[in-house]
Amino acid sequence: MESLTTWIEGLLADNTIFTLQTLSYYGEGLTTTVQLVFLSLIIGLVLAVPLAIGRGSKHQWIKMPIFFYCYVFRGTPLLVQLYLIYYGVVFIDGIQDTWLWVILEKPFVPALIAFTLNTAAYTTEIFRGAIKSTARGEIEAARAYGMSWWLMMRRIVLPSAFRRALPAYGNEVIFMLHASAIASVVTIMDLTGAARFVYARFYAPFDAFLFVAAIYLCLTFSILYLFRYLEKRLLAHLKPSGQ
Amino acid sequence: MIDLHGYGPRLFEGAMITIQLGVLSLILSVILGLLTASAKMSRSWLLHRIGTLYTTIIRGVPDLVLMMLLFFGGQIGINQVTDWLYYQFDIDIFINVNEFVAGVLTIGLIFGAYMGETFRGAFMAVDNGQIEAGRAYGMTNWLVFRRIRFPLMMRHALPGLSNNWMVLLKTTALVSVIGLSDMVRVAAEASKATREPFTFMLIVAGIYLLIASVSEWGFARLQKRYDVGFGESN
Repeated sequence: MESLTTWIEGLLADNTIFTLQTLSYYGEGLTTTVQLVFLSLIIGLVLAVPLAIGRGSKHQWIKMPIFFYCYVFRGTPLLVQLYLIYYGVVFIDGIQDTWLWVILEKPFVPALIAFTLNTAAYTTEIFRGAIKSTARGEIEAARAYGMSWWLMMRRIVLPSAFRRALPAYGNEVIFMLHASAIASVVTIMDLTGAARFVYARFYAPFDAFLFVAAIYLCLTFSILYLFRYLEKRLLAHLKPSGQ
Repeated sequence: MIDLHGYGPRLFEGAMITIQLGVLSLILSVILGLLTASAKMSRSWLLHRIGTLYTTIIRGVPDLVLMMLLFFGGQIGINQVTDWLYYQFDIDIFINVNEFVAGVLTIGLIFGAYMGETFRGAFMAVDNGQIEAGRAYGMTNWLVFRRIRFPLMMRHALPGLSNNWMVLLKTTALVSVIGLSDMVRVAAEASKATREPFTFMLIVAGIYLLIASVSEWGFARLQKRYDVGFGESN
């Protein structure tokens, strides 16, 4: 570790902008971005599965609210949703005196809530499409075996639906990574926040933003290749034969 | 009646800016998209590479970062060019980057990449026989494009185009961050001043949903128009 820092210091010897100090901002920003994206995706995924099942329900009172939720969150900009939750929470009367304020004081939690609700809406639509396209024969076979609805969902419908949803979900993950840049607007020091700080400090937009763009590009490609690998593993049976 | 604390007219102006911004960047992105699609399909190795590089980079970097790069960096870049012109050729010009123009250029540039992918797929879906028939009639390349390839391509491109437009519309909200007074920025200012975030943000959300619904209807009509001659099934 010690030798690594001296090595980097040597590389940056003649650089006024990229010092160990600013690189550590980018490092912290990277951690925040990854945390924010990862947490919102995980929670969003957990929310989306029951919502996607409910979206296909026969009962209007289950179906309609979920449809409305997806429509609103997919039809409005994430920035508006973030503002709504961020300012909405701050301006609740008397919230500053409660224990909740300890968590909500920092913009991280409102941002996490906004991102989670947003990705859950998109993921619900992705899963709904995948569940809807389950082959009828598979469902009939499950029924013929006397499986209960729950068992059929768990063993037949969901496993194959998840696989079919994989390519679209990969896009959603990349979309979420890019959308997380918005967090910097509510003073979160994510990757973009770090770049904005460096820009403001040194008035060097090209250095600050091109560097962060390169980091995002690397992250995007890592996600892309991860999902390509997963698709190759999990969707092998769907490939046209002879390949 | 909802009390807007006098922010009503500004909110309306902001909505107009959002719509103008959206439509102008849509036009720019369609033009760029057509160029990109042509570049990616061309036989020239260089054009193909340039097209691929453009779409890869744009789609791999967040919109907000690109917007800040072009907006904050654009002014410095232009200043450097005008300085150079001044010292080299004694030409004295000053160009100030206007937020609105910067917004249109950035959003157009970003979505040009997405449109390029949409158009490329759509162009490839056009039956080759149709183009050959056009050539056999002695049409020039441009005439083949205008009368045969473009109308046939649009039929396949419209679903993707409508999808891109919906995303573009939502992306316009980001210009509020670089200082343009679109409706999101007005609503954010109003929220802070009046401490009533729900009133203003919900109105803005409602306007976005309204624009989206109207354009969905518009695209459905366009689709019907371009589907003429392809049976009533779709």
